[in-house]
Amino acid sequence: MQNNVLDYLNESLDRVPDKIAYADDDVQLSFSDVKNIMDSVGTHLLNMGCNHEPVIVFMKKSPNTIATFFGVINAGCYYVPIDSEMPATRINLILENCKPRVIICDESTLEIAKGFDYQAEVLLFNDIVNTKPDEAALAQVRKKAIDTDPIYIVFTSGSTGVPKGVCACHRSVIDYIEQLSETLGFNEDTIFGNQTPLYFDACLKELYPTLKFGATTYLIPHSYFMFPVKLVEYINEHNINTVCWVVSALTMISAFATFDTVKPTTLRTIAFGSEVFPIKQFRLWREACPEAKFFNLYGPTEGTGMCCYYPVERDFADDEVIPVGFPFKNTQILLLKDDNTLAEPGEQGEICIRGTSVTLGYYNNPEKTREAYVQNPLNTAYPEIIYRTGDMGHINEYGELIFHSRKDFQIKHMGHRIELGEIEANVNLVPEIKLSGCIYAKEQGKIVLYYVGDITEGDLIKALKTKLPRYMLPNKVNRLEEMPFTANGKIDRVRLTKMFESR
Amino acid sequence: MEELLTILGDLHPEVDFTTAKDLVTGGILDSFDIVSLISEINEEFDVTIGAAELTPENFASAETIYALIKAKLDDED
Repeated sequence: MQNNVLDYLNESLDRVPDKIAYADDDVQLSFSDVKNIMDSVGTHLLNMGCNHEPVIVFMKKSPNTIATFFGVINAGCYYVPIDSEMPATRINLILENCKPRVIICDESTLEIAKGFDYQAEVLLFNDIVNTKPDEAALAQVRKKAIDTDPIYIVFTSGSTGVPKGVCACHRSVIDYIEQLSETLGFNEDTIFGNQTPLYFDACLKELYPTLKFGATTYLIPHSYFMFPVKLVEYINEHNINTVCWVVSALTMISAFATFDTVKPTTLRTIAFGSEVFPIKQFRLWREACPEAKFFNLYGPTEGTGMCCYYPVERDFADDEVIPVGFPFKNTQILLLKDDNTLAEPGEQGEICIRGTSVTLGYYNNPEKTREAYVQNPLNTAYPEIIYRTGDMGHINEYGELIFHSRKDFQIKHMGHRIELGEIEANVNLVPEIKLSGCIYAKEQGKIVLYYVGDITEGDLIKALKTKLPRYMLPNKVNRLEEMPFTANGKIDRVRLTKMFESR
Repeated sequence: MEELLTILGDLHPEVDFTTAKDLVTGGILDSFDIVSLISEINEEFDVTIGAAELTPENFASAETIYALIKAKLDDED
């Protein structure tokens, strides 16, 4: 039985060693290139004595970065991707949480890494990529592999201002890749066009099926996502037939009437997720790509990528919501009510995940882990952990799961999962700030911040840029003389929402 | 031009748009900004910017964006 994600490479390496596995505009790696890099990086880490520990990969998005992830796994360690788009404060919190001994950089990040408060050994990719592979040592690590050992930690927004590191193991990722590949019909002819960053779990959808099938992934340069005609031309030029993108990347194309100028002619599988796809935009896509199959995907990072899917086949009215659908094979969704009993059909409950897809927990954070990774309340006979998503949903008349809303102040903005509390916590760290309240204007898709304090809007944004990643920066900032409060003395978000709507 | 600078300033109060010439290459505008920008330009100037006009060159600076708007307005006359 396969117990290590890297076993996926074996067959592809035998069959298509020279085929392109991962490529961007600068670098192309064949499957044998990937093998060489991961063996060199793995050997270098083993030579340093690394063993079952987190290794930070701080490199710009590139095929080399992907091969470095595999190198870390090859040494029996787990990769923690960070990115130069993350502000220094956030990176420091991540390093403090993981306490890594080693950071692997490329030329673009080396100087930044040397300036971190946290001290670790900084390695340059170019210096370690030609290490002579110690095949015996690597084989020894593989022989001892345990499929419940971690392979990565990715960080997600935390409401107290500290990001949480979701830690996933081989078994969960293998389970995910198997179910996803079967459902979406990936094979050796699949050509992926990757949109999502490498520092989230979203990129698992392309990274591992590429290894498994000997397929190809193109990393589409970020800037193309601002210029839809160029983006569609890129898809056609590279014969990309499969995309798994956030909804906002797809609607960016359709909303600008790009299809009047150029249509994607090669796409056959279009999967989307992380947000609701407005039906009007969805119809434009279906008209433009009549041969493509469309899938809505749903799942939190804690459930290893995605855990539910919905093939969009029937017609939807403008005001209808595309269902979250059905759990992947080997995953169960429990809808739990407040009293921890199951919701009846049509009744709302919290979406809880049961199965191998549930990740290990938040790294070095037992408190937060205990809140969300809980004993299945329906099972008192033996230990069984389920993950409580905090998402509310119900089962409709077709037996499909429908997402409703959040139980808390977590939002989805441009495909990113954000805790409004994390934004406020960072705003409140700015010395001039007395009070702050953050809301999300869903209709316009804007994060709106209100604050009281002796600082201009521009200076506040400047200060926030050193603390928050770009996608978490408020889109509108408004200074107030006084903050509205509820009768209980909490910041009145309903009032703030009304203030924004009537501005 | 004033109206455009107000729209841009609203998006990024920390940037001086009268001098910035690298809005795209400098990573000042991201795809989200472009989406908001187009819809606000549409409201303020009543011009619709199509996909074909969405190019890095047209969005390099406040000046180039304004030139695009003006060209579209002149077209309509």
